[in-house]
Amino acid sequence: MARLLVRNGRVLDPSQDLDAEVDCLVEDGKIVGVGSDLPSDGAEFLDAEGAWIAPGFIDIHTHLREPGQEYKEDLASGGTAAVAGGFTQVACMANTDPVNDDPSVTKYILDRAEKDSPARIQPIAAATRGLQGQVMTEMMALREAGAVAFSDDGATIMDSAVMRRVLEYSTLADAPVIVHAEDCHLRAGGVVNEGPMSTRLGLPGNPAAAEELMVARDIRLAELTRAHLHVAHVSCAGSVDLIRRAREKGIRVTAEVTPHHLTLTDEATIDFDTSTRVAPPLRSAADVEALRLALAEGVIDVMATDHAPHATYEKEVEFTEAPPGMLGLETAIAVTLELVRENLLSPLEFVRRWSTNPARLLGLEGGSLALGSPGDLVLVNPDREWTYDAAQGFSKSRNSPWSGQSMTGRVVATIVDGRLVYHHERGVLIR
Amino acid sequence: MAQIEAPPGTAEAAANPAASAPTSDFNPDTQIRERTVLDDQAIRRALMRIAHEIVESTDDPSRLYLVAIPNGGVPLGRILADKLESLCGLRAPLGILDTTLYRDDLTTRASRPKLRRTEMPSSVDGRVVVLVEDVVNTGRTIRAAMDALMDFGRPSHVRVVALVDRGHRELPIKIDFVGKNIPTQPNEKVIFRADEPEGDEAEKATGVGALHLIVRGGNGS
Amino acid sequence: MIGRDILGIEDLSRDDIETILETAERMQEIGSREVKKVPTLRGRTLINLFFEPSTRTQTSFEIAGKRLAADVVNFSVSGSSVTKRETLLDTAKTLDAMDPDVVIVRHKVAGVPHRLAEVLEAPVINAGDGAHEHPSQALLDMLTVREQKGAIEGLTVAIIGDIAHSRVARSNIYGFSKLGAEVRVAGPPTMLPAAVESLGVKAYTNLREAIEGADVVMALRIQMERLEGACFPSVREYAATFGLDRAKLRYAKEDAIVMHPGPVNRGVELAHELADHRPSVILDQVRNGVALRMALLYLVAGRPGSAADSSEGEDGGGR
Repeated sequence: MARLLVRNGRVLDPSQDLDAEVDCLVEDGKIVGVGSDLPSDGAEFLDAEGAWIAPGFIDIHTHLREPGQEYKEDLASGGTAAVAGGFTQVACMANTDPVNDDPSVTKYILDRAEKDSPARIQPIAAATRGLQGQVMTEMMALREAGAVAFSDDGATIMDSAVMRRVLEYSTLADAPVIVHAEDCHLRAGGVVNEGPMSTRLGLPGNPAAAEELMVARDIRLAELTRAHLHVAHVSCAGSVDLIRRAREKGIRVTAEVTPHHLTLTDEATIDFDTSTRVAPPLRSAADVEALRLALAEGVIDVMATDHAPHATYEKEVEFTEAPPGMLGLETAIAVTLELVRENLLSPLEFVRRWSTNPARLLGLEGGSLALGSPGDLVLVNPDREWTYDAAQGFSKSRNSPWSGQSMTGRVVATIVDGRLVYHHERGVLIR
Repeated sequence: MAQIEAPPGTAEAAANPAASAPTSDFNPDTQIRERTVLDDQAIRRALMRIAHEIVESTDDPSRLYLVAIPNGGVPLGRILADKLESLCGLRAPLGILDTTLYRDDLTTRASRPKLRRTEMPSSVDGRVVVLVEDVVNTGRTIRAAMDALMDFGRPSHVRVVALVDRGHRELPIKIDFVGKNIPTQPNEKVIFRADEPEGDEAEKATGVGALHLIVRGGNGS
Repeated sequence: MIGRDILGIEDLSRDDIETILETAERMQEIGSREVKKVPTLRGRTLINLFFEPSTRTQTSFEIAGKRLAADVVNFSVSGSSVTKRETLLDTAKTLDAMDPDVVIVRHKVAGVPHRLAEVLEAPVINAGDGAHEHPSQALLDMLTVREQKGAIEGLTVAIIGDIAHSRVARSNIYGFSKLGAEVRVAGPPTMLPAAVESLGVKAYTNLREAIEGADVVMALRIQMERLEGACFPSVREYAATFGLDRAKLRYAKEDAIVMHPGPVNRGVELAHELADHRPSVILDQVRNGVALRMALLYLVAGRPGSAADSSEGEDGGGR
């Protein structure tokens, strides 16, 4: 019987509205106690040294590049980066090579993850075959194989009839459809937010309307089909308004926002640094403000990184040629703790949006320290200062705009299935 | 080397035997010691003497062409042109030749010096070119001026007029007509300045005001 | 300014611009000599790195470099780094290994000179990056206006055409504004960039209003291959609404000058009669281009010196 007692910390469990300086006991990979004076004979002890003790963070939007693009990242390196970032579970998108549109690929991913990844991996399967936006995938079979949601992320289903049927059919498979909402014609080759910055930089602009148009359409189709629509990486105020009104009407729409869209504006692109090229693009200060308020309000339910590794040589090209995307797993917590420091979110609400809500959204176990929950924990010291160097990180890639910056707030330990897999002083502990 | 002397027989020579006695002052604006070496009258007398020397040594004064090196050489060139005209009735052309682009020290400096105007009114081919400079020290500016001049054509002769010769030559350059030899320390500066013309008719006609020649810096005199 | 990158007018101060223009005015005289050469940059290496072909600008920089006695090397590169499979970083490092004293870069994507400048020791001069900036063009335009009008302060400058895709427009907007002119832009709404007024200009979609009382009217080249049918329906319609001819020019000041960065699409941006005769100063622009580029090269080429300015050679030292 393997016992681990995590003590001397501040337990934050949104699922029980618990915020208290108590201990947490894990036995045989499950939570068996939260409180003081827990039975601890034969237990290993982990001193939290005053850190927060929370249910392990869950990132529902990552690109782990396996199968097919292992030079950028794979399930081993991605899973390692995840636990270093405090994530005990990550969901990975389907735009791999081959695309995860067939149960064999889903099973492959789960097999490889089982062997190689210290974090739990939840595959998201494609909504249409080959991400072509034409023919639906075998959602039932994919669900059976272990897919937790469906998404063509990276691409948008432009044909509204196809989108309608995808949403409609998804209700049978009882899984959310996650959309990358962007009208690819209106986007017009845009690489930065259309506005004063695109004008100043002389780069093609991507108007917020390109996202808003598709969010409006998909919400209407979700209403029509009563499906669960989840909007990925919301980036602008207009989308926020649409989502708020939809939820008021009772439509089943959820939404996520990334750390970069919460903290960076399009002004970050001023030096033409391709690590700031991302889809959807960084937007204006007004958009960032609206996203923060929406997250605090609960109109946006979760944060998710959209971790998108790319090789250095792929990014060191002309701005318009660089593939969009940035790393996120290892910096997400430090970057978004800013919202706690600014009193936009309490520590409990912060944890809710990184753990409890993501679990609920995808119907996963976790996100809770209630008795019987999986023994997935994360310890966070919100005040610890450190410097992030992408070259020293666990991801295979280095495309992060935060590389070289000093950060406040660090994950000090990550526990998966009752076992310590990451400690900030000892590194990653592979079984 | 010619010493300063009023042209023989003039009243000025009798009246001001010690016109060039140096006085040393502490300049409150620059916070450095300064002494006046030549005043306006003394400079003009020197230029008149030089004009005589030029005419005496030139077979055909109609071939003279003055080329002033900015900034200091320009007012000097104007006055010299006037004086030459009064002596031989001919107005020699006056060109301005900026030597900055021909300098040999552009690689070692921290910034590129400001360029000055170049205006060469006519061809130098076959002319007796007289370079006019205010202060000659190492000789490098004159070297640069000759290189620049050669890009404009082929003078028959090149002569050099300097108001002041400081004497620390680094190149084999000679001055043909000098106003005054002034021995100096390397850390001293010799400054020639021409004021803007004021009310005086004569000043307005030449376009040159009062002239000053001072030495600044060093250990005092 | 030695060793300083010239990436855009946006980063230049008013003083910087005036220094460059004054220096260019001195360089103009060299073009009128018989021997159009000075030894100033003898032994220096200038690399023209043009990813986008351009005879005019490249030749202008080449002549400028040669008049300063520099060794000029032309690299014409076709294809993006992706098609060539060589990253911008690798291109920059390769060039740097040849120890150039200045690298002149043109690329059809904005930001490339900036990325190269980060890696190159030598100063980088932007010869045009996408729709972003073309500083030497704007500077020669300012030089020409100064020559024609005496000073730029207080003038009204109207720029007409595809502002959205024009680096010449952006650089001129920054330049003329910094020197105290009022700048207006005009074109069909589809060719005005988002939030253009944030650049400090007044935007018009009516040509007459835009050039009313203007001292300078600058017509931009329309890239017909790219835009016909998309941003405007036909060349004919563009010429009728925004093309300049003597009749429309009457709304500008009587002594207004007409400018164009070239090459001119005759009958589109400018009527034939305007392309060749006064009040057009297009050929002056080209002539000034060499002097201006000579000035930039003179001021910037080389690695920043370690020595402080010696007093030798300045007033007072005597040399």
